[in-house]
Amino acid sequence: MEANIHFPDPSKVREELIQKYPAKVAKKRAKSIIVNDPETIPEVQANVRTVPGIITQRGCSYAGCKGVVLGPTRDIVNIVHGPIGCSFYAWLTRRNQTRTESLMDENYIPYCFSTDMQEENIIFGGEKKLKLAIQEAYDLFHPKSIAIFSTCPVGLIGDDVHAASKEMREKFGDCNVFGFSCEGYRGVSQSAGHHIANNGVFKHMVGRNNTPSVGKFKLNLLGEYNIGGDAFEIERIFDKVGITLVSSFSGNSTVSQIENAHTADLNVILCHRSINYMGDMMETKYGIPWMKVNFVGAESTAKSLRKIAEYFGDEELKAKVEEVIAEEAPKVKAVIDEILPRTTGKTAMLFVGGSRAHHYQDLFTELGMTTVAAGYEFAHRDDYEGRHVLPGIKIDADSKNIEELKVVPDPELYNPRKTEAELEALKEKGLEINGYDGMMKQMTKKSLVVDDLSHYESEKLIEIYKPDIFCAGIKEKYVVQKMGVPLKQLHSYDYGGPYTGFEGAVNFYRDIDRMVNNPVWKLIKAPWEKVEADSLEACYVTQ
Amino acid sequence: MLLRHTSKEVKVREGLTINPAKTCQPIGAMYAALGIHGCLPHSHGSQGCCSYHRSTLTRHYKEPVMAATSSFTEGASVFGGQANLLAAIETIFSVYDPDIIAVHSTCLSETIGDDLQQITKKASDDGKIPEGKYVIYASTPSFIGSHITGYANMVTGMAEQFTVSTGEKKNQVNIIAGWMEPSDMREIKRLSKELGVNIVLFPDTSDVLDAPQTGKHEFYPKGGTTVAELRSTGDSLSSLALGCVSAEPAAIALEKKCKVPFTTLDMPIGLSATDRFIMALSQAGGVSVPDTVTADRGRLVDVIADMEQYLYGKKVALFGDPDQIIPLTEFLLDLNMKPLHIVSGTPGQRFEKRMREILDARSPETNFKNGLGADMFLMHQWMKNEPVDLLIGNTYGKYIARDEDIPFIRFGFPILDRIGHSYFPSVGYSGGLRLVEKILSVLMDRQDRDALEEKFELVM
Repeated sequence: MEANIHFPDPSKVREELIQKYPAKVAKKRAKSIIVNDPETIPEVQANVRTVPGIITQRGCSYAGCKGVVLGPTRDIVNIVHGPIGCSFYAWLTRRNQTRTESLMDENYIPYCFSTDMQEENIIFGGEKKLKLAIQEAYDLFHPKSIAIFSTCPVGLIGDDVHAASKEMREKFGDCNVFGFSCEGYRGVSQSAGHHIANNGVFKHMVGRNNTPSVGKFKLNLLGEYNIGGDAFEIERIFDKVGITLVSSFSGNSTVSQIENAHTADLNVILCHRSINYMGDMMETKYGIPWMKVNFVGAESTAKSLRKIAEYFGDEELKAKVEEVIAEEAPKVKAVIDEILPRTTGKTAMLFVGGSRAHHYQDLFTELGMTTVAAGYEFAHRDDYEGRHVLPGIKIDADSKNIEELKVVPDPELYNPRKTEAELEALKEKGLEINGYDGMMKQMTKKSLVVDDLSHYESEKLIEIYKPDIFCAGIKEKYVVQKMGVPLKQLHSYDYGGPYTGFEGAVNFYRDIDRMVNNPVWKLIKAPWEKVEADSLEACYVTQ
Repeated sequence: MLLRHTSKEVKVREGLTINPAKTCQPIGAMYAALGIHGCLPHSHGSQGCCSYHRSTLTRHYKEPVMAATSSFTEGASVFGGQANLLAAIETIFSVYDPDIIAVHSTCLSETIGDDLQQITKKASDDGKIPEGKYVIYASTPSFIGSHITGYANMVTGMAEQFTVSTGEKKNQVNIIAGWMEPSDMREIKRLSKELGVNIVLFPDTSDVLDAPQTGKHEFYPKGGTTVAELRSTGDSLSSLALGCVSAEPAAIALEKKCKVPFTTLDMPIGLSATDRFIMALSQAGGVSVPDTVTADRGRLVDVIADMEQYLYGKKVALFGDPDQIIPLTEFLLDLNMKPLHIVSGTPGQRFEKRMREILDARSPETNFKNGLGADMFLMHQWMKNEPVDLLIGNTYGKYIARDEDIPFIRFGFPILDRIGHSYFPSVGYSGGLRLVEKILSVLMDRQDRDALEEKFELVM
């Protein structure tokens, strides 16, 4: 299949992408634009500052902390401490679906809470207003938890959200109040906010409830945010297989689940970028190993289920997994058999997120499509090259100011779920524990890898490669579509989904088929605008 | 219930805003700047601001929204953002080649005290602004006012920084657009043409945020007020500011700088406000109103008269932005409807006073609140105490409409889940007709849905 795809000379492409930049910028960007070789895996510059003035896809630390990690948990009142905008823009825009058990269970996701800081709060300090806001939220809703998120000015004027949270927590007694120093200027992208969120959730939530969870095969699902109902589909499959989901971080989750997460026996990680810290910290403190899985793609889902069964090493579970895969497979096959002839040989580009640009390549492979270029918005080198590069990553000034929690084994609760020998045996079976190989190993030779793609580079890439579909986010959606190329949003799924598991794969096949074969792309030119050759061809076709 | 925690009992809140009926200044500045031809808006702050504003505007318009950012990191936040802005200006002119960069500040750059005037002057002194290109700026701290304030500040920046007075008057009238849709700006231009008045409209987002599909992405679309037009506004006969909150400050600036006299009008939404606009425009241009416009007006009045029974006494809750709420409230009263609850997060006495003028005379019992604490949570609580027949506001209103099971019309900013606002105007008589049609459709659909079988009407 690959042989049919025309790859332009990638080193020339790279030159073309940077030629318009001022010399210093060109030099910097060159290190983030890499021609892939899955055998040797070259180094990609990632998680470094975006050059000011470059039109970037990236957002801020606050977005990563509040928007991504904390946003999906339904029963926390998330108060944004700052001027109104930050809370407004993150209000319901990430499509974190949630399903309460009863109609009156706590669910604050449709609400937007802010201290709406005014000039006087900037000048004289905003802590008083913050405490007032926390008190009012408590009086109105009596929630189990209130989380406070710092926006840019908060750090600068020196409001201590942690002290304010502590004071109110102690005052209430029955409401866990905690803060996050996730000011937008921290780090270089959303990624800093993920780390800050992981630290806060680990410190203030995980381990608060030691009631043993019930079930034979208990795991936590990490880095799954239930966009478009992705978590619902995974929950459906787990139920069928007989796996107990203790907690999700954080799609469709509740406070009490997260507080009890340390009683699970395995952490499976989907979005490595946003949640790997949690996996590592829970491993160190509680002895729970983590494993990278991918539920995006039917084959990837089957593979991930088998990995989980292998980890638990239970023959009955293994058999059940095979039974469920066999049961789900026919409906997937029916759809892909119909669609495959229409999608095979087409090309895709994915520039999005910190894991999605990797995961969704599996679905395109299932569709017979080739990923010609891909990159992340806010990932680190390990997401590209694999975790083996971790010891060699230099800690720069922007990463240094993100707290690295010092975690030690819990004197009472540390309980290694697997012995060293067992882990070794699993490794021999090809089961990688606490590891991730990254995106590049899976991409073809000569494909292009670009970190933190700029607007300018995206237009150039589209001109050169003319891909059949481009995957990115809302800011890129209509720019790319104006060029006559369909864009699939992989943050919001264009308000569709789910795309995980078996049902999700079917949804994705249908959506991509619809998009790449949509007649609208042939309607762009008015009949009187078409050149003669075109009209001749059109006549020929209609005849 | 989606908003299941919203209680009926109203308690005074002094610290917590819940479900705001406003957002922050910079997005307004970004929107305004897109209404200048060949302009790239630039957000001087953290990346997140620019990303959020572009995302929200993109969702509202389903169009490309290009803007750059100073990409602040912690270092810039401590040592000042001058180096970032200077670097950004250099990068933008070499990579994206705009005619103009319109810089707006953020809460971050305002808190640390970055002075945009000084930095842009330095950029100019250092030769970073190519010949014939411009960098303009507006101070838009997010902790003052709202997105409407930011819009007003950027439009004022255009007036202050572009306008020159040559001493020779031009036979043209400035129309300063308050925050309205591209469709509205297109309609203002059409009406002016119909009246035969030469105008300079600024800003003008038509042909920018409603661009056609051509198979090519035009980084700088064909629309937008040109630099030449903006410069010429100082020589105009007069200015009409459409909106006392979002447009008047620019008119004041123009008067100060170039002595161009101005009249402030409500945005021409609905019958009475459009009447005043047409009168003012015909006077400013020294023309009489053509019969075609009078006929358009007559058609709107005709529909109102014909359908009055379905409108009479219907209670409405309304939330949104000042210059749209003011004339819409008046229009609802003209339609013999009952605006019962009105909130807007945008503060300001000018707004409050204009609302009181309208309400005190015709509907003194209306609940109206603006500024701090005037949020959608409060409006929802009011609605639980005194139910309404219709809710009008931006997309966030759909959660209330669903919970309370009341008809809902999307109006204002942002509209994230429907199209139409960028294509069909709300201003002018045709805009009024569209609004009446929308109101009637949702009310009459509801009547049809709820009618007993024996009361189900064929002809209405």
